[in-house]
Parts: sequence; C-alpha cells; structure tokens
Amino acid sequence: MSETQNLTVVQAVRDGLYTEMREDDEVLVLGQDVGKNGGVFRATEGLFDEFGGDRVVDTPLAESGIVGAAVGMAAMGLRPVPEIQFSGFMYPGFDQIVSHMARFRTRSRGRFSLPMTLRAPYGGGIRAPEHHSESKEAFYAHEAGLKVVIPSTPYDAKGLLAASIRDPDPVIFLEPKLIYRAFRDEVPEEPYTVPIGEAATRREGGDVAVFTYGAMTRPTLEAAESLAEVGIECEVVDLRTVSPLDREAIIEAFEATGRAVVVHEAPKTGGLAGEITAIIQEEALLYQEAPVKRVTGFDVPYPLYALEDYYLPTAARIEEGIKEAVEF
Amino acid sequence: MYEEVGPTVSVFDRAYDDPVRVLDEDGEVVGDVPDLDAEALVEMYRHMRLARHFDGRAVSLQRQGRMGTYPPLSGQEGAQIGSAAALDEDDWMVPSYREHGAALVRGLPLKQTLLYWMGHEAGNATPEDVNVFPVAVPIASQVPHATGAAWASKLRGENDAFLCYFGDGATSEGDFHEGVNFAGVFDTPTVFFCNNNQWAISVPRERQTRSATLAQKAEAYGIDGVQVDGMDPLAVYSVTRAAVEKARDPETDRPRPTLIEAIQYRFGAHTTADDPTVYRDEDEVDRWKAKDPIPRLESYLRSEGVLDDERVAEIETDVETRVADAIEAAESEARPKPEEMFEHAYAELPPELERQYEEFAAFREAHGDEAFLEE
Repeated sequence: MSETQNLTVVQAVRDGLYTEMREDDEVLVLGQDVGKNGGVFRATEGLFDEFGGDRVVDTPLAESGIVGAAVGMAAMGLRPVPEIQFSGFMYPGFDQIVSHMARFRTRSRGRFSLPMTLRAPYGGGIRAPEHHSESKEAFYAHEAGLKVVIPSTPYDAKGLLAASIRDPDPVIFLEPKLIYRAFRDEVPEEPYTVPIGEAATRREGGDVAVFTYGAMTRPTLEAAESLAEVGIECEVVDLRTVSPLDREAIIEAFEATGRAVVVHEAPKTGGLAGEITAIIQEEALLYQEAPVKRVTGFDVPYPLYALEDYYLPTAARIEEGIKEAVEF
Repeated sequence: MYEEVGPTVSVFDRAYDDPVRVLDEDGEVVGDVPDLDAEALVEMYRHMRLARHFDGRAVSLQRQGRMGTYPPLSGQEGAQIGSAAALDEDDWMVPSYREHGAALVRGLPLKQTLLYWMGHEAGNATPEDVNVFPVAVPIASQVPHATGAAWASKLRGENDAFLCYFGDGATSEGDFHEGVNFAGVFDTPTVFFCNNNQWAISVPRERQTRSATLAQKAEAYGIDGVQVDGMDPLAVYSVTRAAVEKARDPETDRPRPTLIEAIQYRFGAHTTADDPTVYRDEDEVDRWKAKDPIPRLESYLRSEGVLDDERVAEIETDVETRVADAIEAAESEARPKPEEMFEHAYAELPPELERQYEEFAAFREAHGDEAFLEE
C-alpha cells in the first residue's frame, strides 16, 4: 500500500493535476487565474511554481479562446486541461464545446482525437453571486461526443480526473464546489485512475434505490441514515459519470427493489433524472412497484443566494421523496 | 444630474496613448476644466466620498457575514462618478457588476445595491425611473446589449446615449468585439467605457492584449477611441460628456460611438473572495494610492474656494448617515419569500412550474422552513 494524504475534494483535484502533469509532459493547464494566483478555489495552487508558465497558463479573459485553443492543442496531441472559473461562465465557450470539442473526432473521421478535460466548479450552496451556482450538466450530457464526469469524494476526484486526462476523448469534468472543502478522505500519493462510466454504491439497502451524484450525495446519504431509523433501507448509488450513464448499475439497483428516487440539484425539466427514469422504463418496466420519484431543483433561474436553501434539495426533501416511492 | 458643459469634439483628436487630463495628482490644473458650477462639483465630490464610504462598509459587512461576496470599487470613484455625471436624465447606464458608485449617481438607492449583494431577489428590482440596466456578471456580456439598446433609441429617433461599463479583461471577450463592431456598423449612440483598473483578478493588463492601449482598439471598428486619466474625475467627466454629446447628435461628422479607456486602479481585491497579495506588489498599490481621485478633487475644490473644512465635515457626516441608513434599511428588509423564486421566470407561470410550486408550498406547509434551512 502506498502512502496516502488526507485531502479535501479541491486538494485532491489539485493533486490529480499535479500527479498527471508529473507523469506526462504533454499535460498542461490553461485558464483564468490558474497560474500565479493558483486558481480562485486554489485548485491549481503551486502548479505554476512547479511546472512554469508554459504548462500552467494564465490566459486572457476569454472562455471561447480557452476552449478553442485547447481544442487546437489537443488536436496536435497535447493533453490540455482548460479550466473555466465557474461553470456559469462556460457559455461564451459553448460554441467551441458543442461545435468542435464534442465532434472533432467525428468530423475528421477519427484522424483527430481530442484528449482534453475541461474542468469547472459547478453547483450551488456557497452563497455565491449570480451565475455562480447553476447545475447545467444536462447541456453537456445531451451533447454526443462528450463524457461528463462529476466526482463526490476526494478519492474519486483524483482518480476520475486522472482517468479523464488520460482518456482519448474530451471530458467535461464538473467539480461540486459545495463539497470542495466539506470533508477529507485518504487519497493515495501515487497516480491511479477511477474508471469513467462506473457508478459506486455508497450505501446498501433493500427497500429503494436512490440515484444521485455530486454534492447531492451527502444529503442523500443523510436522508438514508435518517430513514433507516424508521426501518426504510436505501441503496444509494453515486453515478459519478452522468455521460455515459452506468446503465447496468442503474438497472441492477432498481430491479432489486422496483422502487427508485433520483436526486439532483439541476432543474427538473430536461434533467438527468428524466433520463435515468427512461432507462428504468426501457429496461426494467416489469420490476416497477412505484413511480420513479424525482427530487430536484426547480424549473426557475437559480435564485440569488438568500433563497438558495429553498432551491436545493435538502435531506428533508429527499427523505420525503424516498418515503413517497417506498409507500406507494 | 449636473449642469452640462461642452468641450469641443477635439478631445478625440489625440494619440491613443495620450490620456486626457485636467487635474494632476496634487489637484493642480493641467488641462481644460469642464464648465461645471460649484454645486455640481461639490455634488461630484460628495458622490465620490459616498461611494468610498459605502465600499468600506460593504467590505466589512461581508467580513462580518452580513453580506455575500462583494466586488469593491475603491480607487475607481473618479471614473465611475465622473462618467455617470456626464449623462443626461434620459440617458442610460449599462453596468457590469462593480459600478455601485455610478449607479448611485444615476439614482439607484444604496439600499438596492446592498440587497443585491445580500442575495435578495428584490435587489434586482431597479426602480422604473432609474435608467440603469441589470447588473451583468458574465464578463462583457452587457456590451452587445448597450449597442442594441442604443440602436433601439436611434431607430425611434430618441437618440439617448447609452453608457456601457466594462473592465480591461472584458476587451478579450468575443462579446466586446461583436458589440463594439455592431455599434460601428449601425452607428449607435453608445459610449463604451472601459474601466481599465490594470488587473482582471490576477491577470495584469499587459497579459490581456499585446495592444499598447485599449483605446486603439477603436481604430479597428472605425469609431473614436480615447484614453483618459481615470483617477481624475474632471477629465473623465469632460471626455464622457463629449462622447455623450457626439452620440446624441446626428449632425456631427464623427461616428456616434466612442471607446473610452479610463486608466485607473482598484485599490482592493477583485472581490471579497480574492486575495490580491498573492499576485501584486504592495509598492504598486501604494504608487496608485498616490493618485487617489478623492483627495485630488478635494484639493482642487479647496483651492477654488468651493470646499472648506466646514463643508467637508458636513459631507462626511452626510455620507456616514446615508450609508448607515441604507444598511439599516437593507438589514431590516424581511427575508425574501421563497415564492419569489418562482415569480418573474415567465410573465405567466406555465402549468408544470405551477405544479412544482404547489408541491414546494405543500412540503413547506407540512415541514416548515427548517426542512430547507439545514445545517
């Protein structure tokens, strides 16, 4: 067993970048304030001093430029890891993401591969200003050619980031900033990967399957523990990758109980919960004992922070949703 | 607003790297003083003091957990107040997110600005009679709006001027290019006011662009570009006023739009979440603090006999009272009601959203607010 460090999620991201950059000279980081400043969340702290300004690049303030330049670098075989400072600022780069990052391989019939990983902190709960709290993973999951990865633990953050950087295809790596510093985990010092596209069972239980990811994993587990006290046992599945979804894990967990709840902070309409529900309907209809319950954000623009606690699913709302699915 | 003047349009006939100046760092006159009466000048000074004091209090509210992340403006009062003062009543201001000082000149109550940064939905409800666009957080995204809004005014024959604020970093964004280019093509009455405060968070101005100046970017769009000492409120006023008049006046043979680069410095952090000591030297900050716009204007006004100790003391008291009252008013505002989230997403709530709201309200009724306000 190798040495481990006790790291937070954001420290594990930083460690993942550090380890991969040390392993592979073709890995480089570019974005706003990632260099001397070490990133606004300190996700790139110390990397500028360690690897220099050619591999940890402070760019002009231009998201389309950051993503588009990374596309060009990746087409030439580098492994760029562009950072967009907050996922709410990805939209100036959206054209590059959907028109090029997602389909360079297709459009060149495989001549160009884009081994790039676009990192962005996402999600709510930190009393941030407007446009700093949204969860729009569904945009990217909807775009063929992209993989969309969302870790919920420090161990996974490092391992999934390494897997993303090494992946031949472009990855959108969304980091739930609510849990950036919420807790620590033992993280190996050496490089390792956690496979993309594999869900993880965070809690076993025989009454209902609850699917979630990112920052919602914690309140979901909290709800599950609380329900255990009244005799309801939840199987909690952390999807970890929202594109491609781990269909087998979803079906297996669902078939065990015939009841499911999906929890995400993104708005309900067009969210991943609908897709997961459809997979269940396609693959396991005859197992179904209750309607699949969605506990999600609302179909409204993310509110200013004084109301965000009412927007985000809480353990109490999740508990209520689980009870509905179990008691149906 | 302030009494209008009128420097000639010749203010635009200068090299891009030759900033317009009126007062030097000590408040000595080195250029053409705009024709403002004594009260207008004192009002400008009062607004700058108000903005500075507000800013300090806002930062401390954030530190005490009474407000969320806040972007400070100290150092930028000359640029904000000098430019906003150059607008006429019917003109519009299109802000980014740091123009609390300019907004108050336009009549936005301080309480409103506080509520916004305290995360209240009501903070976004700009009063109907205040010609200020919503705060635009995504960098440069407001630039095309200012072009379109000014264009609308032109199409309607109103020709009100639209003063659009953004920073040095914004000039790297595609929206800047597209917005300014449209303004040139459609000759819209827009004044693009770049608050070049030298730093886009940690990235210095010289890493944004290899252009020697930001003002020279105007050349590529076929519009006027001019630099101004942004720490000199009178120079800022003069240049902005000339740009506003040119924007409104279809008779001039010059293009209506102007790009103003106001050279200035933010004394504090990008936001309260930022630590500038990581990326810039205290020496640099001190050098810029010597150019502080407030003592500069004060010194000039004292030498003109417009301000004296008594008047300054009266202004200090007034400013402190107004900020204290605004904080008191903002903090006494009731917590926003959760249903406000659902309001204004659409003119009429669509059925699915109505259903979501009812489910939300029923859950809240059954479980109380503590079911939402965990931890």
